[in-house]
Amino acid sequence: MSNEAEVKTIDLVRKTLVRRNRAERRFRLYGLASIFFGLACVVVLFTDIISKGHGAFFQSYIELDIHYDAQVLGLDAGYTSADLRAANFEALVKQSLRNKFPDVSGRKEKRDMYRLISPGGAYHLQDRIAENPGLLGSNETLWLLASDDVDTYFKSIDSSEGAFTGKVSEKQQLYVAQLIAEGVIEKQFNRAFFSSGDSREPELAGIGGAAMGSLYTLIITILLSFPIGVSAAIYLEEFAPRNRWTDLIEVNVNNLAAVPSIIFGLLGLAIFINFFGVPRSVPIVGGLVLTLMTLPTIIISSRAAIKSVPPSIREAAMGMGASKVQVVMQHVLPLAMPGMLTGGIIGMAQALGETAPLLMIGMVAFIVDIPGGISDPATVLPVQIFLWSDSPERAFVEKTSAAIMVLLAFLIIMNTAAVLLRKRLETRW
Amino acid sequence: MVSMAVTNDTETLVSKVDVGTALMDDHRLDDIVTIGKPLVDNACLSMRNVNVFYGDKQAIFDVNIDVGANEVIAMIGPSGCGKSTFLRSINRMNDTVESCRVSGELLLEGADIYDPAMDVVELRARIGMVFQKPNPFPKSIYDNVAYGPRLHGLASKRAELDEIVETSLVKAGLWAEVKDRLLQPGTGLSGGQQQRLCIARTIAISPEVILMDEPCSALDPIATARIEELIAELSQNYTIAIVTHSMQQAARVSSRTAYFHLGRLVEVNDTEKVFTMPDHALTEAYITGRFG
Repeated sequence: MSNEAEVKTIDLVRKTLVRRNRAERRFRLYGLASIFFGLACVVVLFTDIISKGHGAFFQSYIELDIHYDAQVLGLDAGYTSADLRAANFEALVKQSLRNKFPDVSGRKEKRDMYRLISPGGAYHLQDRIAENPGLLGSNETLWLLASDDVDTYFKSIDSSEGAFTGKVSEKQQLYVAQLIAEGVIEKQFNRAFFSSGDSREPELAGIGGAAMGSLYTLIITILLSFPIGVSAAIYLEEFAPRNRWTDLIEVNVNNLAAVPSIIFGLLGLAIFINFFGVPRSVPIVGGLVLTLMTLPTIIISSRAAIKSVPPSIREAAMGMGASKVQVVMQHVLPLAMPGMLTGGIIGMAQALGETAPLLMIGMVAFIVDIPGGISDPATVLPVQIFLWSDSPERAFVEKTSAAIMVLLAFLIIMNTAAVLLRKRLETRW
Repeated sequence: MVSMAVTNDTETLVSKVDVGTALMDDHRLDDIVTIGKPLVDNACLSMRNVNVFYGDKQAIFDVNIDVGANEVIAMIGPSGCGKSTFLRSINRMNDTVESCRVSGELLLEGADIYDPAMDVVELRARIGMVFQKPNPFPKSIYDNVAYGPRLHGLASKRAELDEIVETSLVKAGLWAEVKDRLLQPGTGLSGGQQQRLCIARTIAISPEVILMDEPCSALDPIATARIEELIAELSQNYTIAIVTHSMQQAARVSSRTAYFHLGRLVEVNDTEKVFTMPDHALTEAYITGRFG
């Protein structure tokens, strides 16, 4: 080969090199662009939800002087504790309001005034008296929960878009202005949002019930789906013969992973509720349905984890005289566990965010009580979000976003746990 | 997969032979009868008419061979000739390959290895195996060696176990290097050390026979030399069958050598004879590097 030819070759290489490098840069740019696009979407989503929902973590309260007057409560001299429970605490609130705004007269104005305070105010007084009956006859200054309309108005009063009046009448706006001037209306941290169940009154509604429902449902799901899924994966990978039947099972498992989740809800309705007679709306049946739904995910990820255990480890153990079960239990399972747990947690995260199948089995009911066990009627977080997003009251908008924030927080925690667990347990060989 | 490899090799070999020497004119493959001295008197392992199939593909044809007690026998041959397959059918590692079928008679001290009554766990406790790629468990060095004794309940007390671990590591020539870090992971050792750890793990359950499947092919020359020394020492107490690609290694460590060719056992003779004056033309062609 002559010298000239060699020079030519290298020139050709150089020429293509420029193009190749450009292609490489372009390709990297595409990747970066798609990541930025994804991140931008996440940022938009989060800002939107947080800006809408952060208000729900605070609730407006109005300070009132309460005089626990037996006469106003409608109690006779020889009242019993039952009478006390049934007493007219609303009248107490109304009387305090009348004292606060002595100038208000006329039925309509008075009704507007009474609507400043949520029905929750009366419940609060009832609780105080139930705790301490000695309060009867005395005076107390208390922060009482404002009604949802007042709350929404008060929260929006300083916003750049102008105050949202909604159903708040002009009179009520004046009352609120007076309360602000006196400094007796303020936003306080909304503990009830985390501890109470659903309510028709937005200011009283909380995610406590739904969160407990989700917890019970997930406990059932994890207790059923993880052992069943892992056992199925181990059998299919390690023990099952390779034949037409196992191929059929494999195809079906992969298929099930892609079946729309509402179908699992229908299946649960038909089998668990109608055939086996499991009560509807309870976490047991929710857990069973979500188990069906997460099983394929867990089986597939567990099989992948088992497959990734190097065959040399199996051979080593078998060569030492370990039986098949010993090989699986002592070597394959520990090495595959991180992958299995990751799959399990991702399956659980999926189950936590699942709504559709639960609609089919009645977990969409309006449930005020916080479920105390797996057989109490319950709803779950995503269904609660669905219910609130459907409610006409303006105040539910921020509740919906706040519930989404809580759900997202749980999902982020679970997925982080999956990543950390995998890093922690990973054995290098 | 294995059967695939066999097919490919057959093709390349046949074409090579067609183009090159006229070996095949003298020796039709299906005509091969093992020559030399495949049978011995004090046989520890004796195999008769062994055929191994992968599905429809036959990988081993009518092999008859004995392995004497405390002998080191080397199995050599071109890639895909079936020497590893044969080795793995001795301790029934081929059981895990679903399509694999073994026929013929394989006896360990007179007991039929493929007898349904033969427990494969017991068999593998008596016939240990060292693999091509060092495969320590992702556990500590101590646990690696203690695995077998624990599995088979060989030690009732911690002190006994400690002793077994120490003796095994001493025998494997690894004790001096690892005695201060027994609790560190076995996977952290160098390749040669890992392989010696695997040997220590195998001898910890005192097998009668140790099968070695190309134990040095993933190691550097120095580590290889250490393993070879070790094999020489171990041969005083154990019967060893070693598959190797390196003819020098076979010459150095073994007393007898078996040459496999396309699934047939062509020649078994004293190592010295195989490498100086082979009886069979195919053996000669292989050791002189005409194929392999």
